Amino acid sequence: MSLLEAEDVSVHYGAYCALAGVTIGVSEGEFVSIVGPNGAGKTTLVNVLTGLVKPSRGSVRFRGNDIAGRGPVYLSKLGLARSFQLVNIFPELTVRETIAVAVISRLGRGKSWFRSLQADREIRLQVEATAELFGLRGRLEERSGALPQGDKKLLDVASAFALRPVAILLDEPTSGVSTAEKNHVMKLMVAAAKEVGVLSLIQVEHDMDLVFGYSDRIIAIHQGRVLADTTPDGLRANAAVMATVVGKTSI
Amino acid sequence: MILRWLPLVACALIFAAPSIAGPYYITLLLPAFGYGIALLGINLLFGYTGLLSFGHALFIAIGAYSAAYMTSKAGILHIEAIFAVAIAAALLIAVPVGLLCVRYVKIFFGILTLAFSMLFYSFLFKFYHVTGGDEGIKVLRPLLFGHAFAERDKVSYLTGPFYYYMAGLLVIATAIMRRIASSPFGLRLRAVRDNPQKAEYLGVRVRLHRLVAFLISAVYGAIAGVALSVPTGLADPGLAYWLQSGNLIFMLLLGGYTNFYGPAIGAFAFIFLHDQVMSITEYWRFVFGVLLAVIVIFVPRGLMGLLDRRGRWAT
Repeated sequence: MSLLEAEDVSVHYGAYCALAGVTIGVSEGEFVSIVGPNGAGKTTLVNVLTGLVKPSRGSVRFRGNDIAGRGPVYLSKLGLARSFQLVNIFPELTVRETIAVAVISRLGRGKSWFRSLQADREIRLQVEATAELFGLRGRLEERSGALPQGDKKLLDVASAFALRPVAILLDEPTSGVSTAEKNHVMKLMVAAAKEVGVLSLIQVEHDMDLVFGYSDRIIAIHQGRVLADTTPDGLRANAAVMATVVGKTSI
Repeated sequence: MILRWLPLVACALIFAAPSIAGPYYITLLLPAFGYGIALLGINLLFGYTGLLSFGHALFIAIGAYSAAYMTSKAGILHIEAIFAVAIAAALLIAVPVGLLCVRYVKIFFGILTLAFSMLFYSFLFKFYHVTGGDEGIKVLRPLLFGHAFAERDKVSYLTGPFYYYMAGLLVIATAIMRRIASSPFGLRLRAVRDNPQKAEYLGVRVRLHRLVAFLISAVYGAIAGVALSVPTGLADPGLAYWLQSGNLIFMLLLGGYTNFYGPAIGAFAFIFLHDQVMSITEYWRFVFGVLLAVIVIFVPRGLMGLLDRRGRWAT
C-alpha cells in the first residue's frame, strides 16, 4: 500500500503548467529520488506532496488522508516532515532550541505556556538523542546562525527528523554541502531514518552519484510530467531518459 | 553575573524606595511601574514574536477607561474588579483586532495596529456623552483588597498602600511573563519570529501563536492602563494617541528588546530621563529626539544590550 500518493496531479500558475497529470506513489520502506532538469517541476511536486500548494487538479493522499493544500502543520501531525533546498533554520535559536521546537510539537507540549522548558527532562533527552544522530551533540548551545554551512544543513534535517515522522521529504539535502561531505551526510540521514523509525525517504537530488547510490526507485520528471518511474538499473538502461534528465547517456 | 542578580536587586530597590526617596520620586515611580508592565507585554510581542505594534496605546486606554467607568459610572471601587473588567474589555477588543492584524507582519502589522488605536482615539474624542470627549472621565481612588485608606490624603495614599500594591503587581507580572517566555510556548514564539515557514513544518501554528502573543500583550497593556490612570485620576483620549504608542517604542529601544528585562528597565529610565530633562529645558522633545537617534545608531540593543552581549534578539 502506498504511504504517500499523488494521483493525476496538475498545477497551473496562470497559463504556465508546472505539473501536468503526475501520478506517483511511495511505499513504506522505500527510498525514492525525484530527479529532473531545472524547471522540471520538482519543487512544485514537493510543495504539493507537503500540502503547501493545492493542486489545480488531482488528489494527494498520505496514509489515506487527503492532504491537498492542508498546510504543513497538519502534515507534521500526520507524520510527514520536510527539509528544504536552501538552509532553513532559526538563526537566533541555539541548536538545542531548534531541535526542541520539533520535539515540543511531537510531544504535544506547545500549549504548556506556564511550564519550564529547561526542567522538562523528556524534551531534553529527545533533543540530545537527535543531536547525537547528526553529530551535533557538541554544538547544542551554539547559535544556529553562527554554525558552519554544513552543520546548518544537518540541523535543518535533524529538526525534521526530531518530529519522528513516518516519511520525510528532503529537498536537495546535500545542496551547499561540499562534494567530499555529501556521502557522509547521506549516510547519517539513512542511519538516522532507521534509528528514528522513518519508514520512507523521498529526496529531490541533482547529484546523480547520490541518486544512484542510495535510491530504491527513481522518478524522473521533465516539463511537468513523469518521464520514468523505475529502479536505478532501469533508469541506467533507458538512454533517452538519461539524456534528458542527466544530460549524459551513461553513468 | 550582574544579570543574574538584577531581578533581586531591582526588587529590593523597589520595596526599599519609600524609605530612601522622598514622595516626589515615589510618585514618579508609579507611572514607571505601569509602563513597565505594558512593556513586558510589548516585548513578548516584539522581542519574542517579532511583531512591532505601533498602536499599543489602544490597550492602555482600554485599561484606563475601564477604571474610569467602573469607579465614576458603575460605582465599583475594588481595584481587583477593575482589573478583571479591564482584562475582559481588552480581550474583547484584542480578539477581533488581533485576528485581523496577525494576518500581516512587519510594517503592515504595525500600521494596522496604529490604525486601530487611532480609530479608538477618535471614538474617545468624538463620542462625548459616552466617553466624556476631550475632558475624559475621572478615575476615583480605588479600594485595595477592599481597603479605602480614607484617612490618607492623595499623596500618602499613592506613595503608601498604592505604591506597594503596584510594586507587588509589577513583580508578579514580571514573574508570570518570565515563566511564559521560558516555556515551550515561549520557544515556539521565538521560532515563529525567526522563521515562520520552518516553524510551520515543525508543527507550529504560526498565526495562532502570533494571536496568543498579541492577546497576552493586550492584557498586560490593559493592566498597565489601570495602573497609570489611578495616580493621574483621569482617563482621557490622549492615552490612545499615537504619541503614547511612540513613547512605548522609545522605552522598548531605550531599555533594549534583546533582554527580557530590557523594556521594563527602559520604562524606568524613560520616566526619570523625561523628568530630569523637562526640569532643565522645555525643549525636552529635542533632547529625546537626539537620544533616540543615538540609541538606534550606537546602542541599538539599548541599556540592557550593554550588559547582555548575547544574540540579536531576546532569548
